[in-house]
Amino acid sequence: MSAVKTSPARDDAPFAFSEESLAEARRILAKYPENRARSAILPLLDLAQRQHGWVSQSVVEAVAEITGAAPIRVWEVATFYTMYNKAPIGRHHVEICTNLPCWLRGSDEILRAARDVFGVGFGQTSEDGAATVSSAECLGACVNAPMVQIGDDYYEDLDYDSAHALFTAIKEGQPVKAGSQIGRQCSAPEGGPTTLTTDPGTAEGGRWIAPDSPAAGGSAPGTA
Amino acid sequence: MLLSDKDRIFTNLYGHHDWRLKGARARGDWDGTKAILAMGHDWIVDQVKASGLRGRGGAGFPTGLKWSFMPKAVGERPHYLVVNADEGEPGTCKDRDMMRNDPHKLIEGCLIAGFAMRAHVAYIYVRGEFYREAERLDAAIAEAEEAGLLGDDACGSGWPFRVYVHKGAGAYICGEETALIQSLEGKKGQPRLKPPFPAGVGLYGCPTTVNNVESIAVVPTVLRRGASWFSGIGRENNTGTKVFCISGHVNKPCNVEEAMSIPLRTLIEKHAGGVRGGWDNLLAVIPGGASVPLLPKDICDDVLMDFDALKEAKSGLGTAAVMVMDKSADVVASIARLSQFYMHESCGQCTPCREGAGWMSRVMDRMVTGDANPEEIDILEQVTRQVEGHTICALGDAAAWPIQGLIRHFRPELERRIAARRGQSGKGAAAAAE
Repeated sequence: MSAVKTSPARDDAPFAFSEESLAEARRILAKYPENRARSAILPLLDLAQRQHGWVSQSVVEAVAEITGAAPIRVWEVATFYTMYNKAPIGRHHVEICTNLPCWLRGSDEILRAARDVFGVGFGQTSEDGAATVSSAECLGACVNAPMVQIGDDYYEDLDYDSAHALFTAIKEGQPVKAGSQIGRQCSAPEGGPTTLTTDPGTAEGGRWIAPDSPAAGGSAPGTA
Repeated sequence: MLLSDKDRIFTNLYGHHDWRLKGARARGDWDGTKAILAMGHDWIVDQVKASGLRGRGGAGFPTGLKWSFMPKAVGERPHYLVVNADEGEPGTCKDRDMMRNDPHKLIEGCLIAGFAMRAHVAYIYVRGEFYREAERLDAAIAEAEEAGLLGDDACGSGWPFRVYVHKGAGAYICGEETALIQSLEGKKGQPRLKPPFPAGVGLYGCPTTVNNVESIAVVPTVLRRGASWFSGIGRENNTGTKVFCISGHVNKPCNVEEAMSIPLRTLIEKHAGGVRGGWDNLLAVIPGGASVPLLPKDICDDVLMDFDALKEAKSGLGTAAVMVMDKSADVVASIARLSQFYMHESCGQCTPCREGAGWMSRVMDRMVTGDANPEEIDILEQVTRQVEGHTICALGDAAAWPIQGLIRHFRPELERRIAARRGQSGKGAAAAAE
């Protein structure tokens, strides 16, 4: 896909899973059948990247060892998926969605705010190392466009001013609030929902069982 | 005409209420699950067939029929249910709401669907960017295990069942079911040739069914309210409720659960605050996610939002992601943006898609400025036909269709740009000669 590197980069500080990461790695490996540890390559690369910041040669080797896969199998996965950083990045990863729904609602303005705050454009890291700015494909928050992802969180319903304020806060290490930046409730329309205004615990609000459904048999729900 | 709250399935779509088990139970989730399971595997499959439920991930294949392809007996190879939560079709953001606000509907659906197809394990493949949603699913699964709803004796049914969340890492192609399976096995997400179909040879070479989040999450409610309730909503062959995502140039973008077959105009005007500047300011709508051809205003005036009506209009319901463009939108640049997306996301396996998506994107970029010959419009159209249907998966088709829709409905605009640019450069050349 996007990467063109042919081999993983070496780093000065070789990677090894920490105690904490190893415990999480065991939890991940337990999800898959025996002899299918290779399934854990994606989540383990993510785990390693969370600890190390990027996927270096020693990360590839550590994941290969723990999953029993050849290092090249791990590296080809790392280069296929966009979320793995094949080189060190800034303290924050600011990913601006530029796909159609965000673009129609002004993602160019969000990029302009990023340029104004961080002094860099797509694929670059600010001089102070605060942020790497990337262009992202659809991040799946289209009715809250335009939006950005920073780390694990989404920041939605942005415009130039709110994006500028958000990026400035990130740059200066100030706390920021994830989610809609104009106070919307998830994906409900601005100003209040046109649906789901009835108490969902009542029949009128959707809690009802047809008389001929086996679920109406009066048996206790579940076992708890 | 419009759906009432009584008939809505995702009663916490917006997260106004508690997503945890206690809140979910207060909304009726896990009501009588044991009694439903007691009806047996085949009864559940038959009910889902009778409901008319068609897959909500884009292709619209009948869900019950898909389940019935799984072997009737478990042999040496275990069966798997895989839930496709790799939501990434531009315009689509419904599965995210279901996972973060109604996670127990999906988990209960996994148990019922998994039991119906004789699986003991379900994997929910969540796109890596949905970190918070995966976190919430994990928490909800832990609650369900704690309460005995999942585990060695799920809901007291005697059926062992476990659900695991598996996170992807950023690849649109993994929304294709066989690419998703490859990715779940820890490989590059490159689609497999079919046949063999996943129901015969899927995850780890075992019988597997891959379903969209919405397809699975609606099942418990369908079984509680009855197949005839579900099939009574919408039109024949296009039944049930559907969560629509309305984005772009509307006054109030939103997700909303409505009846299938609702008129597009009603959907936009009742729930999304109407088109910016009024209905007459509408230019075009992409009605089902980036992969389907756009519709110009005159078709939008009265088209219904369902599989068959949109197919008739030479588009598709896809994921029901409605992207609206008003007259201020640059429709050529919009489609060119989608072409860039497909170029970026082509997995590189099949030549027509790998080379074609890039070629089409480069030509589309020139069409935006009119830097092309008029004949290139036909050449572009021909190339889309040569990519379409000549690849392992549907990504090649998806790259071709938006361009075909643009040429079908906005050819004069493409010609105008080419002529305008030629006029300009003609003038420029004349000026230089003087």
